[in-house]
Amino acid sequence: MARRVLLIEDEPNIIEAISFILSRDGFTVHTHEDGETAMDKVRAQRPDMIILDVMLPGKSGFDILRDLRAEPATATLPVLMLTARGQAKDRELATRLGADVFMTKPFSNAEICAQVRALIGEDSPRGDVARDATA
Amino acid sequence: MDRTGSRIRARRLDAKIAQRDLAQSVGISASYLNLIEHDRRRIGGKLLTQLAAALGLDPALLAEGADAGLVGRMRAAASAADAETVEAAQTADLAARYPGWARLIAAQADQIAALQQRAQMLEDRITHDPALATALHGVISAVTSIQSTAAILTGDAKVDADWQARFHRNIFDDATRLAQTSAALIAYFDAPANAAPVSLSPLEEMEQALSQTGFYRPAQERGGTATADDPQLSAGAAGLLADYDARYHADAVALPLATFLPAAKAASYDPLRVSAQMGRPLAQVMRRLAALPAQDDAPPLGLLICDAAGVVRLLKSVPGAGLSRAGLCPLWPIFTALGQPGRAVAAQAVLPGTPDVRLTCHAIADVIPHPDGPHMPPLIEATMLLRSDDGPAAAAAVPVGAGCRLCPRTNCPARREPASVSLAITL
Repeated sequence: MARRVLLIEDEPNIIEAISFILSRDGFTVHTHEDGETAMDKVRAQRPDMIILDVMLPGKSGFDILRDLRAEPATATLPVLMLTARGQAKDRELATRLGADVFMTKPFSNAEICAQVRALIGEDSPRGDVARDATA
Repeated sequence: MDRTGSRIRARRLDAKIAQRDLAQSVGISASYLNLIEHDRRRIGGKLLTQLAAALGLDPALLAEGADAGLVGRMRAAASAADAETVEAAQTADLAARYPGWARLIAAQADQIAALQQRAQMLEDRITHDPALATALHGVISAVTSIQSTAAILTGDAKVDADWQARFHRNIFDDATRLAQTSAALIAYFDAPANAAPVSLSPLEEMEQALSQTGFYRPAQERGGTATADDPQLSAGAAGLLADYDARYHADAVALPLATFLPAAKAASYDPLRVSAQMGRPLAQVMRRLAALPAQDDAPPLGLLICDAAGVVRLLKSVPGAGLSRAGLCPLWPIFTALGQPGRAVAAQAVLPGTPDVRLTCHAIADVIPHPDGPHMPPLIEATMLLRSDDGPAAAAAVPVGAGCRLCPRTNCPARREPASVSLAITL
């Protein structure tokens, strides 16, 4: 069964591009655009990993990550944080809150695919992942 | 130890004058000059004046060495440069031997510090201009989308015709959006070429001088009460700085760094805990916390002091707070404290943004009797300490803003005037 990725991002064209490249790589991609209701979507979808944008309408990606880590069912769910803000402060906060990977926009397609594969792909078991893809 | 002789020797060698020739010109023996130059004989009066004249120097410079304030500014410049190659131990010698160069180094260091502060102010303003933040986010999003989509279209893998058409349309839409946003951004930043230089008020001048050491005053910590002359400051700013130093000295005497620093660390820099533990007024503890020397584990702490009219008397900003003395949001906890003197207020303040900026604030207002007697209205002073808060949003968090003109909270009950949306872009 294909691994499921939930992409929480509010830019339609970025959603389309990421969905395309991950689907082509064999992943099933679900998308969600609103921060406020993101946790409901996670509970309903039960994805294998999440790609989470920071700047979302309704609730920030940092707050969603905090909620994910506070819930036993999602406390260890792999999360790739995606942000237009590459400041060290944001990077540190994402790491402290428990993001597995932190990537800044603009990203390369190959890099994002490699990070998703490393987090949940068959070839690289989770745990063997660089924590900061852009450091 | 008096180093007058060493300075004479250094300047003589710089001027390439033989010891014998200099001695002869002032009517003493070369061996006596040699003793003077090695600081084995004290020198002053007429002979010092003659030697200074022979070397073309001000006698005071030879006798007193470099101005202590100038040396202090040079040392601050060396430490700010964080360069291990700077011979900081020779700072006083350098200032005495090359006073012109020394003044240039100090003046340039002051200028760099002023520019850094200005850049920080602009950065804070940019951070809190919601329209600008949205526009910049739009630029990055459009660039990300274009790059990712173009990589798909130009990659080795075949893309079917429907997807190709869709991606071409996406790139066109993003490029159009990028062009519009870029044009608006250029207009936004296109300041007039002949814009007048920013003139600072005496208060801002003083705060700028204090910011060079993070409001920490080493001389006052060591027991000094006088403020070193700073030729860069206007008379008004120098007077305010002297007042600041006098209060700083009194605070340092009441809460010496040797005991205060360990207590502050142990209490995780929480002013309420430190105040309770050390038995000192909360406002005094907050002033001390905001002026600690740089510590590895100390968080950046901001300070705001205002009078009963809400006019800011002292402002030390903290990164991300976007504080400016004009048009402060009335919802800041310091104004709650102003309405209930003597009672401490602790609250989480939240600035708008995506993500929002959270700050832990402690504030208190103190009643100070009027010096002319109890028949006159008392003076009230409120003090607030701020620190960044990366924790979760508190249930009772107070939504504040960086001033109505920049604040996007349209339904705020405390709004005084409409927001000025300076970047009209539909994204």
